[in-house]
Amino acid sequence: MAGTLAERIIERKVGRKVTPGEIVVVEVDLCYLQDGTGPLTVRQMAKLGEEAIWDSSKAAVFIDHASPSCHKALSNDHALLRKFAKRTGVRLYDVGDGICHQLACEELIKPAQIVIGADSHTCMGGALGALSTGMGSTDVAVILAHGKTWLRVPETLRVRVTGAFSDGVFAKDLMLHLIGMIGADGATYKSLEFCGSGVNHLTMEDRLTIANMAVECGAKAGLFPSDEITERYLASMGRKEDYAPLSSEECPVDQEIEVNLAELGPTIAVPHTVDSAKPIDEVAGIPIDQVVVGTCTNGREGDLATLARFLKGKRVHPNTRLLVIPASRRVYLNAVTDGIVEVLLQAGAAVISPTCGPCLGLHAGILGDGEKCLSTQNRNFKGRMGNPESEVYLASPAVAAVTAINGRISDPREVK
Amino acid sequence: MIAGRAWKFGDDISTDLIAPGRYFHLRSNMEEFAKHVFEDANPDFATEVKAGDFVVAGKNFGLGSSREHAPLLIKMAGVSAIIAKSVARIFFRNAINLGLPVLICDTDSIEEGAQLEADLVKGILRVIPDGQPITFTALPDVMLKILNDGGLIDHMKKHKGFALSD
Repeated sequence: MAGTLAERIIERKVGRKVTPGEIVVVEVDLCYLQDGTGPLTVRQMAKLGEEAIWDSSKAAVFIDHASPSCHKALSNDHALLRKFAKRTGVRLYDVGDGICHQLACEELIKPAQIVIGADSHTCMGGALGALSTGMGSTDVAVILAHGKTWLRVPETLRVRVTGAFSDGVFAKDLMLHLIGMIGADGATYKSLEFCGSGVNHLTMEDRLTIANMAVECGAKAGLFPSDEITERYLASMGRKEDYAPLSSEECPVDQEIEVNLAELGPTIAVPHTVDSAKPIDEVAGIPIDQVVVGTCTNGREGDLATLARFLKGKRVHPNTRLLVIPASRRVYLNAVTDGIVEVLLQAGAAVISPTCGPCLGLHAGILGDGEKCLSTQNRNFKGRMGNPESEVYLASPAVAAVTAINGRISDPREVK
Repeated sequence: MIAGRAWKFGDDISTDLIAPGRYFHLRSNMEEFAKHVFEDANPDFATEVKAGDFVVAGKNFGLGSSREHAPLLIKMAGVSAIIAKSVARIFFRNAINLGLPVLICDTDSIEEGAQLEADLVKGILRVIPDGQPITFTALPDVMLKILNDGGLIDHMKKHKGFALSD
């Protein structure tokens, strides 16, 4: 069957050819919720008059947003979710296990699946070739009860990637550049699909970072083919049998963009929008109070290794503080085993257990009035880190590392 | 026919601006959370909004987090419809699922504080007393069906499943 990745995945589900724009009702392969959206999902399910989950092996609950809890009301929300998981028999990931999208990619998502999560960054699963997207609590409540949802078959914005990254440039720079190029609504309702020779140079960690941020230009999904890189990743997670190849055909699409990785430099999103991408030269030197490396976007082994490479034998600048948050227990454990945590602690970083906390202004790094933070997270909207009187810059872990050392935004290419 | 005041917002109003993350602990106490709706975009909104008023915005309204609390807070404020040039995907679904109408049209000619009336059936919006009619884009059939049933929960209960095709 010809077609884009999104079309092929939907066609397998509905058993017929589909065209962009049409509405289909599809069976969902995996559905998950977290402690921000979960309590409302549970309440909406009760409103539906439904108690049982359509298939408890296909759903998961994650306590990752305010994890561990920083407020008694949130502790009660967590208790509600634990009780829900116990009653329905769904898998529960609790405090310290990791961030939902990371764990879903490590343990649950398979290529060509349809995955719906009650969290906008569910699009990260597209790195594994799954049509994975975020919805709200009511949509997810309906899925939990019925196992189905309706979708509009998306048009496709194809990103043809050529070349390879030069030193000091990473997947985060590609995505910030792309979002800056097409805007925060540049791919609304569309499937962002990556193809071309450059895709072979993108590791699974790169792909996860890129797919994670697809929603930041409005996309429904950020899809990669499922190939040898996917197969190796799944094997490394002990899930070799979950691999299935998936590729797209050269078919006409709504829009096509070409990006040469070799032409990219370190890129920063300045306050207060993700699409305000600037080359690092334009913002270098701005003093930074807090640096955060982690979150579902950039909290994996490679990100922490990059950070440690720059920080080895150095110290975090006295005017700044560095928070490091591994995306999952497995990432954290590997960083301990590899000696990375030791390097980071000796450099003066605070290494926190996996949580979404500071990224959306919940706990573990709320900013004070007038403070500036540089973070590897995916959003920098006004008030995002818990205070509308603060500012957030988005950048790669390499930029974060040299910024933490110098106390001001710095270019990793200038470190010899 | 619905009528009310226009509360004008700009482009790219995120769900963080509608339902700030720092009030995360109020998500199971929506009456309290409602006091903070749009706090960082227009601090007067929560105290001065009246039932029937409209939220009028530019492009890409509701981008960002999938938190359904954002359209829920707007609905709880008594807002009769959201009028915007364009709406982010997840927010759009969430608003319709909660039975909150979303009208897509050019909003440049609507001033802050203007009095509006809208006929959702005819698809016409007007600044009263003497504004030109503004036509808004019809919702996709699927969304119209869900909206007309009062939202997704009522749709599913009424039809015992999805009833989206003609």
